[in-house]
Parts: sequence; C-alpha cells; structure tokens
Amino acid sequence: MILLNPVGALGRAVLDGLAALGRLTLYLGATLYAMVRPPFYFREFGHAVWVIGYNSLPVVGLTAVFTGAALALQIYEGGSRFNAGQVVPSIVAIGMARELGPVMAGLMVAARVSSSIAAEIGTMKVTEQIDALVTLSTDPMRYLTVPRVLAATVTVPVLVAVGDSIGIFGGYLVGTQSLGLNAAAYLKNTADYLEIWDVTSGLVKGAAFGFLIALVGCYYGMNSGRGAQGVGAATKSAVVAASVLVLAANYILTTLFFAA
Amino acid sequence: MIELRDIRKAFGRNHVLRGVTLTVPKGESMVIIGGSGTGKSVLLKCILGLVRPDAGQILIEGEDASRAEREAFLARFGMLFQGGALFDSLPVWQNVAFRLMRGATKRPKAEAREIAIEKLRRVGLKPEVADLFPAELSGGMQKRVGLARAIAAEPEIIFFDEPTTGLDPIMAGVINELIREIVVEMGATAMTITHDMSSVRAIADDVAMLHGGVIQWTGPVADMDHSGDPYLDQFIHGRAEGPIEAVR
Repeated sequence: MILLNPVGALGRAVLDGLAALGRLTLYLGATLYAMVRPPFYFREFGHAVWVIGYNSLPVVGLTAVFTGAALALQIYEGGSRFNAGQVVPSIVAIGMARELGPVMAGLMVAARVSSSIAAEIGTMKVTEQIDALVTLSTDPMRYLTVPRVLAATVTVPVLVAVGDSIGIFGGYLVGTQSLGLNAAAYLKNTADYLEIWDVTSGLVKGAAFGFLIALVGCYYGMNSGRGAQGVGAATKSAVVAASVLVLAANYILTTLFFAA
Repeated sequence: MIELRDIRKAFGRNHVLRGVTLTVPKGESMVIIGGSGTGKSVLLKCILGLVRPDAGQILIEGEDASRAEREAFLARFGMLFQGGALFDSLPVWQNVAFRLMRGATKRPKAEAREIAIEKLRRVGLKPEVADLFPAELSGGMQKRVGLARAIAAEPEIIFFDEPTTGLDPIMAGVINELIREIVVEMGATAMTITHDMSSVRAIADDVAMLHGGVIQWTGPVADMDHSGDPYLDQFIHGRAEGPIEAVR
C-alpha cells in the first residue's frame, strides 16, 4: 500500500505525528495546571526521586565513565595530528559538561525511566487502577504525573552533574594511565579551561530533558491501549519519543545558549 | 436515589447506550444483567463521571451529577472493581484506607490503619493481611480487599462490577453473602453488574436487564422468573436459542 501511494502514506504519517504532538501539548498544559494546584503528594514525589534519580545512578555513571574515557582517546588521537595532544583535559571536560554528560544521561534516563513510567501507568490503566484513583477522589494527574515530572526535573540535573564528574574522571584515568599525561597538569588544565557556564548549561539541559522524559512516559502510560499489547506499544512509543525529544531539545537549547 | 434519564453513549460508530432510563430507590440493591459488551460497565462509569455520556441526565438524590462538586460527589460512592484494581505499590491496609488518608476525610495514620484493619476483619480477612502487598494475595482475597476499600469510608452508594468473576463457586457464594450483608447493614444503595445468576439471586432487590443499549426489562428479583420477557428468559436460563443472537 505504501508503495502504491507513498505521498498519501507520508501525509497520513505527518498528520498522525502532528495530532500526537497536539495531544502531548494539551497533556503538558494539564500537567502544568495540576502542578500549581493542591493537593501535592510529597510522599509520591519522594518515591519518584528515589526511583528516577537514585536508581539511575549506576547506569548514568557507567555510561559517563566509558564516554569520558573514549573521548580522551579520540581527542588525543585527533589532537596529535597537529601536535595538540595536551588539549585532552580541557576538551574532555568541556565536552562532557556541555554536551556528552547531559545527552548521555538524558538518553539513558529516557530508556530506563520513560519506559518504566509508561509501563507502570499503562498497567495501572488497563487494570482499572486509574479509574479506582478517580473514584477515591484522587486526581491521577496530581497523584501520578506531577510527582514524576517534578522528580525527573529535579534529579536529572543531579545525575548530569554526577555523570560529568565521572566522565571527566574517566578521561583523567585514560589520560594519565594510558596516554602518559601528567596527573597534576591534567587536573590544572581541566580546572583552568572549564567555566561555570559550561557546567550550568549542561544542568539546565538536564532539567529540560528530565521534564520531557517523565512527561512523555506519563502521557503514553495514561493513553495506553488495552491489554499487554497496548502497554507494550505505549512503552515502546515512550522510549522512542523521549529519546527523539531529548536530542531535539538538546539542539534547540544549544542553539539558544549560543545565541545568548 | 439514583435516576438515569435517557443516557446515551457511543464510541465511534458503536452506539453502546441508546437511551437508558432507570431508577434505583435509596437503600435498594439493583443488579444490572446483560450480555458481554452491552454497556453495563459503561453505564456505571457514566454515573461516576469516568466516561462522559453523550446525552441524558444523571441525578443523585435529585442533584445533577454533572454539576456536582467533584470530590464531594465521589465521596458518596464506593466501588468494587472487576479485577480488584488494588494499587500494587501500596500494602493492603493503605489500599483500604486510601480515601481515609487523603482529602477532606483525612484521618491520622494510626486511626486510618485501625479502620482499615476493622474493615478487613468485616470482610473476613485477618489483621496479618494488612501488611501484605496485593500481589501476595489470592484472587478471592483481592476481591475482599477491594470490598473493604469500597466500604472503608462508609459511602451512601456502592457499585460492584462483576464481583464474582474469576472466583470458584464457594468463594463466589462467600462474596455474594458479604455484599448482601454489608449493603443491608450499611443501608447503602447498591448497583451491581454481573453475569452470574446466583449473584443476582443473592444480592438483588431489583433487577434490570440491559440489551440493545436500553433497559429491556426491570422489576423485583422475585418477578424475574415469570416476567414473560423472552430476552430475560433466554438470558437467565442461558439458552442459545432465542431473540438474543448467540455467536457460535
């Protein structure tokens, strides 16, 4: 069918995509509205901080250490071509803080958290737990969505900061143990060239990524189809959408930061 | 009293409810029967506001449900869901005391736990169950916990959605008896959806049969067996032959 009418298929895909974007925007509006109206569920927020933030530390840390280590090797190899091998510490630090730290943490959290949120809320929907919440006078937006979105917005920047540190440490290990760079000079070079804005811009990105990841996870969970297949599809869609949104938001934020 | 006036609801081209009109007197137990997919659950969800009807009016004690203050309106209801719908992440006692720990009826934690244990005892569960998680319970126990949650805040109106589905006949009998006892004891108005005719006979004061999107027959449970309505006769006797099309 797609082969017979490629323009029609493309048109339908674009319309479906725009409709989904519209629904997500409405969901965003409802989330923001629920955020500023009591009641606030502090216990659920605390639980979400633990699940989204603390439990993501291992995967973010491991990703960061290998990324920093590989980055050091690549920069050294590339820099050596024009006798600039000594730029490894500063490039690793700036690269991790501004770009790789937030993006890698964002993608890891997108995979881990948006899937788990979508699956959990999707299962709650198909087993009528969401309906049960409503009949117990509890707004699912305030009870389920707001705590998760706030928790991700708060914790992903912390994960980014931890990831940055571990990534820079990974580069330090490779630089000093494998590339023969002087340890004291490595640290001095890192400290001299890394600016506060490099770090804060990465943290701002982290907050934006966290917000989007949890929002998308909740949205797909709340709109999950019936049965195991519906929950599976919602989970898959959440991971794909969250990953794409992280990368798109990264580009937009980077553009804005350069323009500022 | 619950009054439903000409309730209509369609999902796309599927017109599930085509004008349901029904009155449930205060303190009575109404059981709604009908084949699968005839809109029984949709009807309950319309009353609770979980599904918005396309047309019609729902009155609770003469008050229009669509205009009522939401939290106060829902506080009048308790509901036992078909699958229990217990919150997996909370222990049993917090499931039962969920409403008592939040909102206008919020109680201190210790008091809420005490009430939860009392309600668990009322449905035949021991206090040790209170600290278990729903996944650790059998289907029958989950139904009882769902029942305890439905009555925890002593609502005026209780809905039971397929209360005996998936249970063995003995456990189904136990749940039916519990529902009847609790409804009588609390003086609550009850609406139950079921396919299970033994439930109908155990729970109902009145019966309504939903078919083709309308109430096909309604009357006291005692009149059900000699109603003269061919649809109701076919349904209650489980006959394949009759005016209701059976898919083979």
